[in-house]
Amino acid sequence: MNATANSSTRFRIVAREDFSDVTYLLEIEHPQMARAARAGQFVIVMAEEHGERIPLTLADFDRDKGTITLVIQAVGKTTRAMQQSCRVGTSLYAVVGPMGIPSHIGRQKKVVCVGGGLGVAPVFPQARAYHEQGAHVIGVIGFRNRDLIFWQDKFGAVCDELIVCTDDGSAGLKGRVTEGLTQALARHDDIDEVVAIGPPVMMKGCADVTRARGIHTVVSLNPVMVDGTGMCGGCRVKIGDAVKFACVDGPDFDGHLVDFDDLTARLVRYKRAEGEAMVRFEESCRMRDEAERAARAEATAGDLDLSVDRPSTDA
Amino acid sequence: MAAQTTKPKKKTIRTIPQERTPCPEQDPAIRARNFDEVSLGYGLEQALVEAERCLQCADEPCVRGCPVGIDIPGFIKKISEKHLHGAYDIITDTNLLPSVCGRVCPQENQCEGVCTVGETLEPVAIGRLERFVGDTAIREGWANVPYIEPAGLRVGIVGAGPAGMACAADMAKAGCEVVVYEAFHQPGGVLKYGIPDFRLPNEVIDAEIRKLEALGVRFECNTLVGRLFTIEQMITEMGFSAVFVGTGAGYPSFMGIPGESLNGVLSANELLTRCNLMRARDFPNFDTPLQPGKHVAVIGAGNTAMDALRVSLRLGAESVHCIYRRSRTEAPARVEEIHHAEQEGVDFNWLTAPVEILGDDSGGVRALRCVKMELGEPDASGRRKPVPVTGSEFEFVCDSVVFAIGTNANPILGQTCKLALDRRGYIATDENLATSIVGVWAGGDIVTGAATVIQAMGAGRRAARAMKAWLGLRDSDAVYGDALGGTLFGIAREEHGAARVRVA
Repeated sequence: MNATANSSTRFRIVAREDFSDVTYLLEIEHPQMARAARAGQFVIVMAEEHGERIPLTLADFDRDKGTITLVIQAVGKTTRAMQQSCRVGTSLYAVVGPMGIPSHIGRQKKVVCVGGGLGVAPVFPQARAYHEQGAHVIGVIGFRNRDLIFWQDKFGAVCDELIVCTDDGSAGLKGRVTEGLTQALARHDDIDEVVAIGPPVMMKGCADVTRARGIHTVVSLNPVMVDGTGMCGGCRVKIGDAVKFACVDGPDFDGHLVDFDDLTARLVRYKRAEGEAMVRFEESCRMRDEAERAARAEATAGDLDLSVDRPSTDA
Repeated sequence: MAAQTTKPKKKTIRTIPQERTPCPEQDPAIRARNFDEVSLGYGLEQALVEAERCLQCADEPCVRGCPVGIDIPGFIKKISEKHLHGAYDIITDTNLLPSVCGRVCPQENQCEGVCTVGETLEPVAIGRLERFVGDTAIREGWANVPYIEPAGLRVGIVGAGPAGMACAADMAKAGCEVVVYEAFHQPGGVLKYGIPDFRLPNEVIDAEIRKLEALGVRFECNTLVGRLFTIEQMITEMGFSAVFVGTGAGYPSFMGIPGESLNGVLSANELLTRCNLMRARDFPNFDTPLQPGKHVAVIGAGNTAMDALRVSLRLGAESVHCIYRRSRTEAPARVEEIHHAEQEGVDFNWLTAPVEILGDDSGGVRALRCVKMELGEPDASGRRKPVPVTGSEFEFVCDSVVFAIGTNANPILGQTCKLALDRRGYIATDENLATSIVGVWAGGDIVTGAATVIQAMGAGRRAARAMKAWLGLRDSDAVYGDALGGTLFGIAREEHGAARVRVA
């Protein structure tokens, strides 16, 4: 038994929204964190006691409602399992944060906020912070196709211009966010800063686009972490000649100095174990589904046998 | 016959059992593959024999050698009298965590290092006796919960490691409402994430934490102080009368040699945290992954290095190597730890320094390039400085490299509050551990840099004493003499802060 004194309702999920079959939003009750959070910070979440600690960038925080919002892509075992288990009214085992140094929202007059893939949601607080500070905000958000688009209205409310990109051209601009960024840069020659959040390859692409123009570019890194408090050093990244810990020295860094190849290589550190976990998880899902199907079939087939337990949907 | 009824003869160095009572241990070949505790601890018989070895000398150097000043001869005498609860009472007067300290204190440099018996024979096994008493208390469910008069003050503690726990205990006993904030999801700090189960089982830590909860201490996990709220907010908005900061050191060092970002290179902190706290060793029952190497090189020879080496063995490594640039004499680890690691089959490479980590095609580790060293003149630390032997470079085949070469100060508090730091980034304090912010004390690794569990606990208690004095709370440890002189309304002046006088 743990000596932990956490009440089970401490990190209650108060809302959930599914944007696609892999992307889902969780709104979690945490008034203290909602007050403390700033754009650019992240949290570490444990879904259950045996779970791993996963870092997730804050997608939103509402001081009035006392909630924080996470947008999660189901890509690994933990995020897939959370997709199944996290329902409104349930609680997460642990949520700690806000972690990391908040983004420096300075006196920039014109900024571009670029979010690609899983980076769309995390760039929202920065766009809003710049908007509230009075900057002219140009949003560039990218999705694979029109069905995956979310938060267009939310971005629209804080962006003076919004460029939506889709890989297949089914909505907005056809192409990746780097296309959108290039277009924004072509329209404005007085951009003070670009913020880019997304997969390493996308942030690298954005940094390459702005490097020639010499525009200060901030990227938010999300490498493998355990504690998130500077203690394990698992999240070390190469920034220019220096080695930094993304959790306490970042997560924001100068995109022109980040060694993205190093970052990408280090992201696959536990790939083998993660792969094994995924296979095992899928197998357990398959077996559970089969058992459910069998039970259901039995229940419907046997007219007289009414005693069969209905399988719980979230067993 | 008549002799039996007379007063027992005074013990002398000749009359006591000459040999130190051996402590049963798991067989090295078996234990090197499991996470069960290595040392099984004394039973009553063994404890009684070992207690006989204490001379009960008048000088009591052991008490002075103990960072928290446990009345060691006192509790050993109680063991001899088979009054184990009495022994427990004596220890818990000064040390709330005997089961922990009995296991992880470097006794050879503290109480046992100065033991009078040790001048002639092997010193009394004080640590093992302390553990025996502590474990007996856990087994029997003893907890000394004194009657505590509420003082109406709130004390906040940052960090649920040994320093914070010790401070929390003292402040709770002084009647304060104590809240301990911990960033991890479980309290315990280094005892939980760092020290492996085979040296200090988690059940022991949990039992000790429950004792703190019985004193009224509240643990708030998943709380990153500095970011969720600041130290200043604790004092100004959250109603804490005093705050103690014991966040530990953190921020592991690397050497800056080529190849450190290869996959398969990690800090001992990461290895140990994944294995111990996150239970990666039980993967896939626990979700945290860990890909242990088949051939592991651990750099450094401190206690953390020993833990990393022995954990790697237990995770199934075929060979485990300790790489240290100085010789065995200079190794900072406890002698017992090095001895245990050797027994279990760790290969020690003294006078060897790594210069480069070599990668394979897939971004993993292929080998470690090392250079042989020899000892030159003594350096600033008084240890002989290792210098490379020219032309002695060689490749050491391994697929995992673990750095256990110390830590730097954690930057979070420096980033988020106005506490003055020293030039290395640790929190600056005065001799009573008061910081630059009024009402805030600090102690443990975040003040001194990496040290031991008992030193951190000593710091926690020292700060507690200063906090009590500052808050005007009666300190049960202090001897109230006649310093201020005289009485007022028949009450010693020093007692005025604590006495509740009822006027009819």
